Amino acid sequence: MNAPLPVDVIRQHLIDPEICIRCNTCEETCPVDAITHDSRNYVVKADVCNACLACISPCPTGAIDNWRNVVRSAAYRIEEQLTWDVLPSEAAGVAPDVLAERSPAPLTEAADESPVIATSNTVLGSGRPPASAARPQVNVFTHKSPIQAVVVGNFRVTDVAAGSDTHHIVLDFGSTPFPVLEGQSIGILTPGVDANCRAHYVRQYSIASPRDGERAGYNNLSITVKRVTVDHAGNPVRGVCSNYLCDLRKGDTVKVIGPFGNTFLMPNHRGSHLIMICTGTGSAPMRAMTERRRRQRAQFGDGRLLLFFGARTKAELPYFGPLTGLPKDFIDTNLAFSRAPNQPKRYVQDLLRERADDVATLLEDTNTHIYVCGLKGMEDGVMQALNDVTAKHGGAWEPLWQLFKAEGRFHVETY
Amino acid sequence: MDGISYSDKIPNNVNLSDDKALQRALEHWLPNYLKWWREMGPEDSQEFQVYLRTAISVDPSGWANFDYVKMPDYRWGIFLAPTAEGRSIQFGEHKGEPVWQEVPGEHRANLRRIIVTQGDTEPASVEQQRHLGLTCPSLYDLRNLFQVNVEEGRHLWAMVYLLHRYFGRDGREEAEAMLDRRSGDTDNPRILGAFNERTPDWLAFYMFTYFTDRDGKFQLSALAESGFDPLARTTKFMLTEEAHHMFVGESGVSRIIQRTCDVMKQLQTEDPIKIRSAGAIDLETLQRYLNFHYSVTIDLFGADQSSNAATFYSAGLKGRYEEAKRTDDHVLTEAAYRITDMANGQLVEREVPMLNSLNEVLRDDFIKDSIAGIGRWNKVIEKAGIPFRLTVPHKAFNRKIGTFANARVSPTGDLVSEAEWLASEKQWLPSDEDRAFVGSLMERVVEPGKFAGWIAPPAMGVNRQPLDFQYVRLN
Repeated sequence: MNAPLPVDVIRQHLIDPEICIRCNTCEETCPVDAITHDSRNYVVKADVCNACLACISPCPTGAIDNWRNVVRSAAYRIEEQLTWDVLPSEAAGVAPDVLAERSPAPLTEAADESPVIATSNTVLGSGRPPASAARPQVNVFTHKSPIQAVVVGNFRVTDVAAGSDTHHIVLDFGSTPFPVLEGQSIGILTPGVDANCRAHYVRQYSIASPRDGERAGYNNLSITVKRVTVDHAGNPVRGVCSNYLCDLRKGDTVKVIGPFGNTFLMPNHRGSHLIMICTGTGSAPMRAMTERRRRQRAQFGDGRLLLFFGARTKAELPYFGPLTGLPKDFIDTNLAFSRAPNQPKRYVQDLLRERADDVATLLEDTNTHIYVCGLKGMEDGVMQALNDVTAKHGGAWEPLWQLFKAEGRFHVETY
Repeated sequence: MDGISYSDKIPNNVNLSDDKALQRALEHWLPNYLKWWREMGPEDSQEFQVYLRTAISVDPSGWANFDYVKMPDYRWGIFLAPTAEGRSIQFGEHKGEPVWQEVPGEHRANLRRIIVTQGDTEPASVEQQRHLGLTCPSLYDLRNLFQVNVEEGRHLWAMVYLLHRYFGRDGREEAEAMLDRRSGDTDNPRILGAFNERTPDWLAFYMFTYFTDRDGKFQLSALAESGFDPLARTTKFMLTEEAHHMFVGESGVSRIIQRTCDVMKQLQTEDPIKIRSAGAIDLETLQRYLNFHYSVTIDLFGADQSSNAATFYSAGLKGRYEEAKRTDDHVLTEAAYRITDMANGQLVEREVPMLNSLNEVLRDDFIKDSIAGIGRWNKVIEKAGIPFRLTVPHKAFNRKIGTFANARVSPTGDLVSEAEWLASEKQWLPSDEDRAFVGSLMERVVEPGKFAGWIAPPAMGVNRQPLDFQYVRLN
């Protein structure tokens, strides 16, 4: 692949007005209230839909199952969708030449955002889970019937001296089963209303613990939450949900919905390899998968774990302590710091190039599965690095990437 | 998620296994139900393997499971939508009070009547449609027919559950009686008129599912507001299945229109005789079928002035469609509503207390919803460049219940004499010749991917399967 896809292409969910019978089932089903209607059409809000697919099977017509690749900033607005008699053609969404001309976005330093709506990117990554993945349960609890969790732990996992404040929060579900898999996420309903007196949007967080609980055998899980204090442009802002979560005390209760996600899942078979590439709180699903592999180590045989983890400084790296304590023969950890004092900036893509020989060897193995999670800006750099790594070894990334995607072995979740 | 006992004889999310008496009562009813199904369910198709959707739980991932099933083995479960914590009654004299989890004594008779009336329609439509499988236009349509049938069967179950669980002995007797009545039987007919009409051909079936199942949608929506929480939660879940039935109707008629328009364009004709001889159904005949099914269906909403409807509302038993989205006081003792009436041989508008007009309110909501779908049918005709447009007849046309019962009113809303009516009836309602013609087109097409000549293929298959998928294995 010569030019990586630009980072801000989304797969926009649309409803075909020619097939839809306006029965309201989708709007009733949607766990995040992304669907609305007028007397003419039913439409999907691109900025709210998290592609959880809860509406797909209940739709009696199939009208619901339409997707268009569009540049995020040019996504079809609901006002526009409400006037449609037919769907725009597939080609109308994103003109390929427009994409090619767009220069890749720089790997932003605004690494200060916690995941708000993190959605599996099924343009860049696979739209299907690995063949050997366990079958996930999704939308067990919805907006209309959330589950109440009790906070049983809330710890800061970045150094107190660090500029950012990231928390590891453990939620317990008591006697109500909340079945999750590594790579899935949950939604948090923040109490109160926004400035317009509407309930806050649901915020989604990747689960940081394995399927059998933060503490093995317990009905609990953990999430990684970074306190948001500045917005994308660097202006001071107080993130509603992240501050709510970071300030929770032990014994407080939280309303949770989900779980969400049915593609960003780990393989279950012996000998499977994981290449995990993440930045900041994008480490949450990697922690879950790593811990699963650690607990069930014997089950996975000689499958390898290769971790590429980026943060601004060592002090800001979540879980730095426990991570460095893991045996080298269990996980091959590579850390990159973009703001380490007196050192050149290093990003995860630099590490990928440094480890090109090992990465290229794994890319040739059909047991290898790749996971990318972190800020949206890392997508381009990672794609370019994988391109370079394969080229160096006389291969071509583009067809290989397509193969990984087709086999459910390449997963991207960015925010 | 409520606990769902998959392994039980009767899949359910109502903790049936904890209530042994109820479970035994239902298990006693089940053999009778299956006997009824074999006698009165789809004819000659009990051994077919049908690609059906089965609800195994009420969450989005659980209630639409697709697989091949023999219809008598379909798992007719009992599912209630999840409890809404702290739900209160939204209308009537009990507005603001917590919803009832048991039947209040003073409303017992009325609630039972409401549930029996709703429940009786479910087996009735299965009986009405039992011969259609013999003339299906494709395997896709055959599968959709059977899906509608088994879900009507499940809806009967849902109502029977309520009768057994909350109404004791007389509830059980009512449940038995629902298996004894027969659609169209002169001695022991189904309760409501439209459910004793015949559904002789597939055009009638699509019109029935478009109009009459839409009546179901509005009745269920009104009951989903009920202060009797188990009824509200039951009907709420039934609505998700009802949507499929209306889809079958809307898309079925739409595909017939599409085929007719294709033939008209191909032959460059608007002449019904030429269109018919090319094996398609002329738009005029479609309009007459529409007139019939529309008028018969709006009778189902009952008399336009009804003290029963007022009682049901004030008592908190049955609300209005989308009660929560309305901005009035939800008590309605002061509210007024404009209805159409007859005075001095004229149709006139008159203002009356809304509380007594709630049947009319629901009927008008239904009419609005029906018209919107007909607008989508007209888009197909418009796209083909044909000037014809389908319309709904005046709501006084061909009525058997309410103020206009047996009045002679034309589709455009003019009062006409008996002689004028008789002279024009064949232009307004399907004649025996129309029905014979449509009947002559009905022939069985069961080769995967093939469709009868009078109907266009659908835009897409079921559950993302291709159109030539083997939707039914005939063995």
